Amino acid sequence: MSICSCQNKKFDKLREIIAEKKGTAGALIPVMHEAQELFGHLPIHVQSFIAEALEVPMADVYGVATFYSAFTLEAKGTYSIHVCLGTACYVKGAQAIVDKLAELLHIKVGETTEDGLFTLEATRCIGACGLAPVLTVNNEVYSQVSVEQIDGIVHKYMEMAWKDEEDGNSSTNS
Amino acid sequence: MNKVNLTIDGRQVTVSADSTVLEAARKLKIKIPTLCYLKDINAIGACRMCLVEVKGARSLQASCVLPVEEGMEIKTNSPLVRTTRRTVLELILSNHNRECTLCVRNSHCELQTLAMEIGVREISFPGELPERPVDQQSPALLRDGSKCILCRRCVALCHQVQSVGVIQATERGFQTTIEPVFGKSLNEVACIFCGQCIHACPVAALQEKDERDKVWKALADPDLHVLVQTAPAVRVALGEEFGLGEGRNVTGKMVAALRQLAFDRIFDTNLSADLTIVEESHELMERVNQGGPFPLITSCSPAWVKYVEHHYPQLLSHLSTCKSPQQMMGALLKTYYAQIANIDPAKIFVVSIMPCTAKKFECQRPEMRASGFQDVDVVLTTRELGQMIRQAGIDFPNLTEEDFDEPFGESTGAAMIFGVTGGVAESALRTVADLLTGSTVEKFEYEEVRGLEGIKESTVQIGEQRFRLAVANGIGQAKKLLEQIVKGEKQYHFIEVMACPGGCIGGGGQPICKERIEKEKTDFPIERLKALYKADKGSTWRKSHENPTIKELYNKFFEKPNSKKAHELLHTAYMKRPLTPKE
Repeated sequence: MSICSCQNKKFDKLREIIAEKKGTAGALIPVMHEAQELFGHLPIHVQSFIAEALEVPMADVYGVATFYSAFTLEAKGTYSIHVCLGTACYVKGAQAIVDKLAELLHIKVGETTEDGLFTLEATRCIGACGLAPVLTVNNEVYSQVSVEQIDGIVHKYMEMAWKDEEDGNSSTNS
Repeated sequence: MNKVNLTIDGRQVTVSADSTVLEAARKLKIKIPTLCYLKDINAIGACRMCLVEVKGARSLQASCVLPVEEGMEIKTNSPLVRTTRRTVLELILSNHNRECTLCVRNSHCELQTLAMEIGVREISFPGELPERPVDQQSPALLRDGSKCILCRRCVALCHQVQSVGVIQATERGFQTTIEPVFGKSLNEVACIFCGQCIHACPVAALQEKDERDKVWKALADPDLHVLVQTAPAVRVALGEEFGLGEGRNVTGKMVAALRQLAFDRIFDTNLSADLTIVEESHELMERVNQGGPFPLITSCSPAWVKYVEHHYPQLLSHLSTCKSPQQMMGALLKTYYAQIANIDPAKIFVVSIMPCTAKKFECQRPEMRASGFQDVDVVLTTRELGQMIRQAGIDFPNLTEEDFDEPFGESTGAAMIFGVTGGVAESALRTVADLLTGSTVEKFEYEEVRGLEGIKESTVQIGEQRFRLAVANGIGQAKKLLEQIVKGEKQYHFIEVMACPGGCIGGGGQPICKERIEKEKTDFPIERLKALYKADKGSTWRKSHENPTIKELYNKFFEKPNSKKAHELLHTAYMKRPLTPKE
């Protein structure tokens, strides 16, 4: 299966990353970051791979994965929408933006759409208060967002995904 | 090491510069309360009970992680310390499941003791209780998260002492839980059920699986013939359950109590320990004759066996195929004994009293049905037996001593020391020496394998043969040894491993030793160790193969050691087990 060979490639890459970092102090967290970048999330078999290769107990890997909100155990959508709910953004109406997204995508905060395209997250202050209200889609930042703009933003990514599919590209993050 | 002078509560003390304030205070016999601190293993300043006032410091400091400094002035009992300490304790208690009267650790609980000492009478914070489900899927251990105070002592023990590392703190803040990966049960991960975490736990978040009711039920059933066997390490620890002091040998009282509990026959696991030694010695001799494979590794510690099955499956062929003494006894009772006593084995119920939690798992292994039935029906820990004796209203300290029942009451000093690290190796040497030389070797005490040291090595010359042997206690130590073997750095003929520090005397099912925490007695099983060697010295028979009952067993039943019948009943096989739980 193509998924298998694609997974194998990811594990090969992860093996390389671990070989490079193994033995250095505090290697676990950087390795986990790279693994999440590769796989999109940290499921049980990825954590057990990291544990075995780094020779640390899997309980330690899992402990770190659940402690930091930067790590996720569940598969996320191709596009992760993070709406900042820090004080400044909240005051500037971020909750209405979250509500609009939830209504549009038919998901709650923390969930992923059925087609695997979008994940909606509410985040703490991302330190861009001057641009409030702020949301990010993967690594792209949208500032001073209004509820009216939401439709456009979401459609932009939907079109990107359709185009990718037509081109026959895999729909992973770049 | 440089010395440092400081003042604690107005008293001068001089300590080495690498000490902590807590250590300095303990040198002055000043008691600073602690919960998360475990000497040499866990000093993380997590519980905040050990806060002290330091002159010139902005806030109170956790003394367990506070290095001493020259001229430091410390107060451990100021109004601020007292108030804060009380608040910290109230906060811990506010989300602890305070069902003390129902709790297995009632009167053995450090949190309860602390609440009593500090005199907490009310809790100002009506805290929410965290939702942490009870994990009772495993046959040996139970985790009750509602009791957990997140001190992480179990985590430290599981990782640092046992090198097993199957539990860890997960999530954060109020959601923090001590648990295996992905919220799995201990039964689904590579837990070896050694139960050392129970000894590390200050409360009752970790317990053995309580199986007293199964035994009470069997004892009350007139159709069942209920047999009990007791391991060597139990008799030198059970007295502690009744305040008789550490390391008191209470064999006779224990037998009397079991008789009062109405067991039909009371047998000694020591007898089957002798049987194990004879079988294992012949296994070793066979390997000597065939030139290997070496090392032969002991297999009487079920937690150790499970560890090898998870972590070193490539070494499984090195494990002795001999069953542990409890399983040999179980198989014997439902075959040979059933035959001579003319009792249907289906009506025989075998109970083991063990210093061990992993034995609960061992008796349920599917291979352990040589008789056609589960050979050992229920395993109770030393603590559970103590509870049954109290429950029955037996005045244990004043019991008149009684003897085990025939035919499985006769045993040797070699079997007695089975319960302590180095004991199995020494007993095997005693038998191997006589077998190899064909004589009765006079010098049979092997001092070099005795004592609580983590790894002991020795070379013993027997006739033409030089035996290189190693003894490890605690899985962390055993792992070090195995790594050297896997890498080819060391070669041995024989290796003894006991999963628990000190061997079975320090087993996960033994009485909770207050001295261990309160007096930081890291060599805590030493009195139990001395008691076993003393009992060995006082025994009529000192070598397993000299036991008359063992001779009779071979004459009448097994023919000879390692015979076909012996293999059917007394030997077993092992299996590779995964490290990663199923998704």
